[in-house]
Amino acid sequence: MKDMHAVRVTVNGRGHELVVEARRTLADMLRHDLGYTGTHLGCEHGICGACTVILDGQPARSCLVFGVQADGAQVRTVEGLADGERLSDLQQAFSDHHALQCGFCTPGFLMLAEAYLAEAHLTGAGGEPLTEEQARELAAANLCRCTGYQGIVEAILATARARAGGNGAAEGSPA
Amino acid sequence: MGHQVRQWVGAAVPRKEDRRMLLGRGRFVADLDRPGLLHAAFVRSPHAHTAIGAVDTEAAAGLAGVHGVFTAGSLGHPYLLALLERDEFVPTPMPILAGDVARFVGEPVAVVVAEDPYLAEDAAELVEVDWDPRPPVTSIEAAGSRDAPRLHEQAARNSMVDLLMFDDDDLPAIFAAAAATVGGTFESARVAALPLEGRACLAGWDDRDDQLVMHVSTQVPHQVRSGVAQALGVPERTIRVIAPDVGGGFGLKCVVGREEVAVAAAALRLRRPVRWAEDRQENLTAAFHGHEQRYRARAAFDSDGRLLGLDAEIDCDTGAYSVFPFTCAVEPLMAATELPGVYKVPAYRARARAIATNKAPAAPYRGVSRPQIVLVMERLMEKAAEALGLDPVEVRRRNLIGAGEFPYRGVNGITYDEGSYAEALDLAERTVRDKAWDAERDAVRGTGDRAGIGYACFSERTAYGTPTMSQRRMRMTPGYDTALVRMDPTGEVIVTTGTCGHGQGHETTFAQIVADSLGVHPNQVKLRQGDTDLASYGWGTWGSRSVVIGGGAARRAADAVASQLRQVAGSLLEASPADVELADGTARIRGDASAAIPIGELARIVHFQAHRLAEDLRYGLEARVTYDPPGTFSNACHAAMVVIDPGTGAIRLHRYLVVEDCGVVINPMVVDGQVRGGVAQGAAAALLECVRFDAEGQPLSATLMDYLAPTAAEMCPVDILHLQTPSRFSETGAKGMGEGGTIGAPAAVLNAINDALADTNIRFDHIPVLPQDVTAALRGSAVPPAGSRAGAGR
Repeated sequence: MKDMHAVRVTVNGRGHELVVEARRTLADMLRHDLGYTGTHLGCEHGICGACTVILDGQPARSCLVFGVQADGAQVRTVEGLADGERLSDLQQAFSDHHALQCGFCTPGFLMLAEAYLAEAHLTGAGGEPLTEEQARELAAANLCRCTGYQGIVEAILATARARAGGNGAAEGSPA
Repeated sequence: MGHQVRQWVGAAVPRKEDRRMLLGRGRFVADLDRPGLLHAAFVRSPHAHTAIGAVDTEAAAGLAGVHGVFTAGSLGHPYLLALLERDEFVPTPMPILAGDVARFVGEPVAVVVAEDPYLAEDAAELVEVDWDPRPPVTSIEAAGSRDAPRLHEQAARNSMVDLLMFDDDDLPAIFAAAAATVGGTFESARVAALPLEGRACLAGWDDRDDQLVMHVSTQVPHQVRSGVAQALGVPERTIRVIAPDVGGGFGLKCVVGREEVAVAAAALRLRRPVRWAEDRQENLTAAFHGHEQRYRARAAFDSDGRLLGLDAEIDCDTGAYSVFPFTCAVEPLMAATELPGVYKVPAYRARARAIATNKAPAAPYRGVSRPQIVLVMERLMEKAAEALGLDPVEVRRRNLIGAGEFPYRGVNGITYDEGSYAEALDLAERTVRDKAWDAERDAVRGTGDRAGIGYACFSERTAYGTPTMSQRRMRMTPGYDTALVRMDPTGEVIVTTGTCGHGQGHETTFAQIVADSLGVHPNQVKLRQGDTDLASYGWGTWGSRSVVIGGGAARRAADAVASQLRQVAGSLLEASPADVELADGTARIRGDASAAIPIGELARIVHFQAHRLAEDLRYGLEARVTYDPPGTFSNACHAAMVVIDPGTGAIRLHRYLVVEDCGVVINPMVVDGQVRGGVAQGAAAALLECVRFDAEGQPLSATLMDYLAPTAAEMCPVDILHLQTPSRFSETGAKGMGEGGTIGAPAAVLNAINDALADTNIRFDHIPVLPQDVTAALRGSAVPPAGSRAGAGR
């Protein structure tokens, strides 16, 4: 007999109720039971970060979380970033700074950065602007095989600066 | 034609691909769904070399929800056979599922198909196989010994191809008389391409179209179709291969995987859609690897540092089988043919071999032997400079093919089209000086850390069509591509090609090329590729071929449609077609501001009011053109600075500069992205990445905790400067550049490491250089001084 569990979860503000096997990962539940296929699986052992979602405000590897563990949780996925058809500032910055090529790792980086920036890490501890080193350290949580990371770091920095009230995120031409 | 304004080519047009990816609406194979979809899991060999006895599938097949378990026998022993039409080549059929023998850990032996991927994995564990392990062969050294086990009966001493590509009777005399002879053994580790999306495949029979529709994460949809058709003995028409969004390839996906054929076979037998999505462990162990090579090379120089002769024994560990369609010869052929690189080599000898070992087969991973040959040549330059007491940059300069020497016919029989080899080196050296890297290096040295600067000069042969590819003598000779350009009745443009982008921005760059020809906005141009039913037979995306060949074909086809538009406009405006200019969505008569007609209106008339036009102008706006160029060389010079912590041996990339010349730049943002991503892969090959095995052939790097790919923390910003030397061998003037970053970085980084150790007798000639290599060497381990191993192995 399969070990089945009822789960209530809110994804991008929308409530879902479903029954899942105990061993089903949150990633598979989101992707295949609920249709949020924007969350990607790159390693299924917690290293690459492609499956990063925001789970109750914190970035989480959805491949390392079981679906049942998300019972009662608020989940944000990449599908929840845009305002309808309008890209968020972070999404736009990724395009402006050529922070994606094949696009497979992109949702994970977006959710990682979104969670970080939402915690108002827009500036350093002493109020100074987010440094490239800090943005690099953040981006080092996930793997990208296409870009060499420079565009990703630039996009995160530009979004942080814009949200902190500096210049626009779309400032400067890519590269 | 030819007088069209180029408005979009050269502009950093934002990528059309980005939006769907950013919204989470990319469509990768694992994202697709089908009614009644079944899931495949493979039973794989746990031994590097083993006979296979009875395979008991009963328990697995009996599990509720399991729809089929297939073995080599039950599938009729299908195989993929890649062939080279050379006497020195030993064919090694790659079974779709291993039958009597498994030749590496991870080789598939059975496939289980079930209603749920979790269940399929459960059932795969229930398959009982009677293994009878044999001694494995796990290194080039061991493979060639007289008593080494044979992987393939027909391959004596495990040699799958042995090519004496070039020879020169004068070489012994040249070496005897040379002012300096330098050399050594140069090695690069086996690495994994590691696209973030693993391989994946979904196949299902379509009764209406009478064909098997396969969605495959591939760089080569047509070759997957050919491979599946050949392996299963069915006509190509009965298979349609579609590459949806593909999450990176880097060469791993430019060969046909046996899993793809197995899934196709299962779907045909079950008449249900079946999907397989490779997990990371499978990807790191049972997919394809590359770049495991050893060079025993030496070079003769005169007292001014000029190259007199070059001699190389090249051994490539290509794993257990020849990959389809390229064969195991792809690495040795590339290495031997192109070793001289950007330098003038008067006399040359090269022997290159592919050696079979009990490891996963090698595929043409990004760079294909060029990272290694550049490393060898750049180390030889450094060693010569050291031996002769010359400046290493000056030694390079004295040997580079000069600006006035193009087209240059090399000792290797290759004609090099115009490049900027010396200019790139000069600019790199000047930039490093202007940015005071030397002062920074010295400052770091003052802190007790070690620091070094390294250079690498190289060219990248790209976009070779059949005139060049045919020299390899492959049974399936790649090279050409065909573009179909159509304008619809609203003036929008649809382009199909046989190329298959997966991150390179084709949807944007091809649209830029076509938009310029037709005088429309790139947003009005939609590229459709990666579908064997949409596009004419083509060769996919690899070898830095797509923008040159696919883009060149698209340019020619678009020019043909532009010519049709000019004739229609000339007819309607009562002017000569030669005076019609297509720009900004409008056909205008030169010199007559009032005579103009929107291009959309022309398209409408051609389709809906054909009777208004002469018969030869009616019924559509479309052209299909094939392009099959000989190939063109882009070139670059890389400079790297590394900082080494002598206590831990940690090597940090500190500065990086690329001066590159890919001819006409279609989209500078895309080019820079390709360069930076390539540098990350190349630098990581020098510093981190290594597929490891134990003595029994068991993989030791089966997870991303053990196989270290670079993160943002290991990379530094990469500065890029462009030179533009257009190619006469390219329709657009563009040269391919998809691999250059990966090609130049290992040598530049390795030279920087050696520069950081210049005051010691430590010189590294292998990659990756790991922290433990540095600390061991600094502790005084037996690392010989540079050059002392000259002529090793002779």
